Amino acid sequence: MRIGVFICHCGSNIGGTVDCAKVAETASHYPDVAYVDDPMYTCAEPGQAAIEEAIKKERLDGVVVASCTPRMHEPTFRKTVERAGLNPYMFEMANIREHVSWIGKDKEANTNKAAELVLMAVEKLRHNRPLVPKSFDITKKVLIIGGGVAGIQAALDCAEGGVPVILVEREATIGGKMAKLDKTFPTVDCSACILGPKMVDVAQHPLITLYAYSEVEDISGYVGNFNVKIRKKTPYVDWSKCTGCGACTEKCPSKNTPDSFNELMGKTTAITIAFPQAIPKKAVINAPYCRKLQSGKCGVCAKICPTGAINYTMEDEIISEDVGSIIAATGYDLVDWSVYEEYGGGKYPDVITALAYERLLNASGPTGGHIKRPSDGKEPKNIVFIQCVGSRDRSIGRPYCSAFCCMYTAKQAVLTKDHLPDSQSHIFYMDIRAAGKLYDEFTRRAMEEYGTNYIRGRVSAVYPDGNGQYVVMGADTLLGEPIEIKADLVVLSVGIEASAGAPALAEKLRISYDSYGFFMESHVKLKPVETNTAGVFLAGCCQGPKDIPASVAQGSAAAAKVLDLFSHEKLQSNPQIANVDILRCVDCKKCIMCCPFGAIEEVSVRGVNKAQVIETVCQGCGICVATCPQGAIQLSHSTDNQILAEVNALCQS
Amino acid sequence: MKIAYYPGCSQEGSALDYGKSTGAVCAAFGFHLEEIPNWTCCGSTPAHALDTELSAALCARNLDLATREKADVVVTPCPSCLNNLRLASHRMENPSFRANVNALLDEPAAEKFPEATSIMQLLGRHLDTETIKARVKKTLNGIKLAAYYGCLMSRPANVMDFGDPENPTLMESLLAACGAEMVDFPLKTACCGAASGIPERKLTAYNSGRILELATTLGVDAIAVACPLCQMNLDLRQKQAAKAEDAFFDMPILYFTQLMGLAMDINPEYLGLEQLCVSPEMLLRKLGMGKGGAA
Amino acid sequence: MMNAVYPGRMQDKDFTRKVEEASGQDISTCYQCGNCTAGCPAGFVYDRQVNQIMRAVQLGLKEQALGSASLWYCLSCSICTMRCPNNIDVAAVMEVLRHMAREEGHVTVPRMDKFWLSFMDTVRAFGRVYEIGTMSLYMLRSLRMNTDLDLAMPALAHRKLPFVPHLSKEGASAVGRIISRYRARQEKQEKRQ
Repeated sequence: MRIGVFICHCGSNIGGTVDCAKVAETASHYPDVAYVDDPMYTCAEPGQAAIEEAIKKERLDGVVVASCTPRMHEPTFRKTVERAGLNPYMFEMANIREHVSWIGKDKEANTNKAAELVLMAVEKLRHNRPLVPKSFDITKKVLIIGGGVAGIQAALDCAEGGVPVILVEREATIGGKMAKLDKTFPTVDCSACILGPKMVDVAQHPLITLYAYSEVEDISGYVGNFNVKIRKKTPYVDWSKCTGCGACTEKCPSKNTPDSFNELMGKTTAITIAFPQAIPKKAVINAPYCRKLQSGKCGVCAKICPTGAINYTMEDEIISEDVGSIIAATGYDLVDWSVYEEYGGGKYPDVITALAYERLLNASGPTGGHIKRPSDGKEPKNIVFIQCVGSRDRSIGRPYCSAFCCMYTAKQAVLTKDHLPDSQSHIFYMDIRAAGKLYDEFTRRAMEEYGTNYIRGRVSAVYPDGNGQYVVMGADTLLGEPIEIKADLVVLSVGIEASAGAPALAEKLRISYDSYGFFMESHVKLKPVETNTAGVFLAGCCQGPKDIPASVAQGSAAAAKVLDLFSHEKLQSNPQIANVDILRCVDCKKCIMCCPFGAIEEVSVRGVNKAQVIETVCQGCGICVATCPQGAIQLSHSTDNQILAEVNALCQS
Repeated sequence: MKIAYYPGCSQEGSALDYGKSTGAVCAAFGFHLEEIPNWTCCGSTPAHALDTELSAALCARNLDLATREKADVVVTPCPSCLNNLRLASHRMENPSFRANVNALLDEPAAEKFPEATSIMQLLGRHLDTETIKARVKKTLNGIKLAAYYGCLMSRPANVMDFGDPENPTLMESLLAACGAEMVDFPLKTACCGAASGIPERKLTAYNSGRILELATTLGVDAIAVACPLCQMNLDLRQKQAAKAEDAFFDMPILYFTQLMGLAMDINPEYLGLEQLCVSPEMLLRKLGMGKGGAA
Repeated sequence: MMNAVYPGRMQDKDFTRKVEEASGQDISTCYQCGNCTAGCPAGFVYDRQVNQIMRAVQLGLKEQALGSASLWYCLSCSICTMRCPNNIDVAAVMEVLRHMAREEGHVTVPRMDKFWLSFMDTVRAFGRVYEIGTMSLYMLRSLRMNTDLDLAMPALAHRKLPFVPHLSKEGASAVGRIISRYRARQEKQEKRQ
């Protein structure tokens, strides 16, 4: 074998604390090494060209690059050697930056360690075999979970790119949280006016199939070939007949049903259509509040419905769909703020969430867009906004910033002044985080033009004074004094967390999630849309707090990833997978049980049951290899022999 | 269950009525309180303001006595004493702290003390609503009360184990079982400022005034309290507070044990009602006990 | 922060470490939200708010922290601790500062201290609190002879101030021994310093 070794300086990143020339010189004496070099930047174009040239000139049949982490550049160099005619798996990388130069200052020790790592890589490479990926067909259809603005954007971009879309929404209408908002910052344009047309486009696009009031039940398969089971929850209304006329909602006698679309500001009927611009505009019966479903007596909606759409015996339905890719856009929920007992924890009617306040501001909300206190319907004069309720608070396990509260609070203060010119808004804040285009200008306007009183400090307690007002006990840390304000209405900028059920969905998608339920991206900076499961992408707040512009951008980015994936006629599977030696396999099924991807099946080989790896599903994690009591499974490119060769090299050097 | 009773100094002075009513109510429910022989002061706020170990030593002496009496539990009506006793037990789990405290004592204290708890918890944990209702002879129906716990009863939460530190409800459940209407009193765990009543009067007047003002606005007939320092502040210092708030208060401040005692028709003489500075006359009339009932 | 200079102020990094050690709190987690100040029942008489004292400790501004009158007005109600979003036991920090201030001879509000000492003197003498004794000692110490005289009459009328101390001879002598040992230990420590 003829091996070429390249010791990268990475500028001074490695060269500063490792004697690269010396490592190269040492490596030249390693077995089978036919060529060494120590380029300044191996990953740069001249660096790659030098490798290609060396392969051709020196007739190399394997290459070792000692440089940075393989997470970054292993794919780069595999392509390099492939261009020069080698099999991409006849390549090894030694990490002498993160593992050596960045963590130690002793140049001699670093140089020795780097040389040892290079020796291990050379020994590994001597045991490598060319591997060839298999190619397989893909289903060019995408599943998008969540119909908020991120999911809508992703759906429209995919569909416009020619990809059929299955859009699954848990609620009865798409639109998500944005549909509940009155206006949006920093331009104060009407949320419904800008979101509405997109929602209509979703409904009308021939390539988009919308399953509203539905949830993803089960996901199996792998990139290119997922199978998804979707549960269509029963609305007790045959939507193929429902015209959305709303006659049922007018006549329903159960008028005390909590109005979740209006964030519990006001009541609604047991049969509802969430709001006038709902997509689909179909009625749904809220079963626990329906007299007919609970006691069998009533049936008013069935009598009134002109198309006979009401069906009290309707049941959930499970639908199966095959898709090649999945975008998760499941959004967020508000943090459970009932833990803030010092703010009443929900028991004071005029201490409300900012999202509920949006409904009070909204013309289609319960007050018709007039700001009225929930307790007595009076217009408030003094309004106190408290920021960071459920954000940046370690004591309740929510240490992170919810990212957009500063901006919507400023917006709400501006709108409050527009609605009630005699009112005075006070905002308790810790820091004003307005890092976006036109954002800081907007918060300044709230202060300067709208006279909003920004007070730097947190609030310790809010309590009713017994005379219809609320005492807000705060601090003005800039003045260094406690401050008390008598408020008519208190609006809490409640922070956000991943939407309910996000971790359970992550398990079904086999993607990671953090301790708050937010889905983990592949790389926080460079792969913010990808996940660690091929073919599954993220959009919007399910990945972390972000505002509308960022959610829309990520929706489009996820769509671009899907279009990229589907631009290939076939996909190639990673050949670094498990292989079963059927002569050794005793069919104990332990590998089948431990595989997290369902990638091992039982097959009959001449009448005897044996384990077999499904090549396209296996992710090469190696759990089965470690589990197999017979040692019958080997992981290609990390076989026992290859690993032992590395260990031997290290121990004998 | 052997109950070692730690009355606390105020039971012999400013809060004779608390001591009396505590004894009467506990006896009525069959709890036998055995006073710790030769008990001494826990040191209150001044001791821990001076030194944590001194404070713990003063407490440990009493806890040790209770341990020797083989008590299962130490109960005290006073939240300030309770706070000190529990903090001392808690801190003495640290061996070096324990060693320093032991050096101040005549002889090293027992390794483990019985748990210190309050009279309120003793009643609340061992009596269910039905048991209390069965003992009520003169229901408190028709009177409206605010339960005020003060700052020491539930805090620090990890040491006091008094349920929700922000919103305890034990007193409400005891008095509601007696028939009283309990208002939601948001200042129930606010500080009345008692610790500096003597040296810094405006601190106390301001904080007590806030509590009295809210209770007055809420239209309660009395504030039910559990702490002798709170009681003295809100009752004896009510005029000082009124002056600070530029208001007029006429708010009876009763120990919850006095109110329970009234409901159980215990002779008012055993409840020490005559010791209250702000007369509970109106309250008694509402209950049909009127003048003479209190005498 | 380590190289920052506040002109005219002495920074003592060792001070921060000592406060953290004695209180068991990580002061660096304070982000100055002001919740402690917002809820403090004594804040309106403070010369420095709680959050400012926390800041002074963070920066090692020993004089500013220990010289504050606020330490003596703190009511130890620990509402600051309960509502701190960073789980800092602020009340414990205040108590540690109070102890350190006394050790360093910074008793900024002597009448508070005099009241506490008077209280402890009666406890030492009688084993239990003796209200009239405490008050008399305090009036003598502080020379505030009219303290709460307006309360004396109603208090006596309602039998809230007994004239005789509640005596437990055995208890009194035991407490006396505890306090004597404590004072002896304090004197020893002071001499060592």
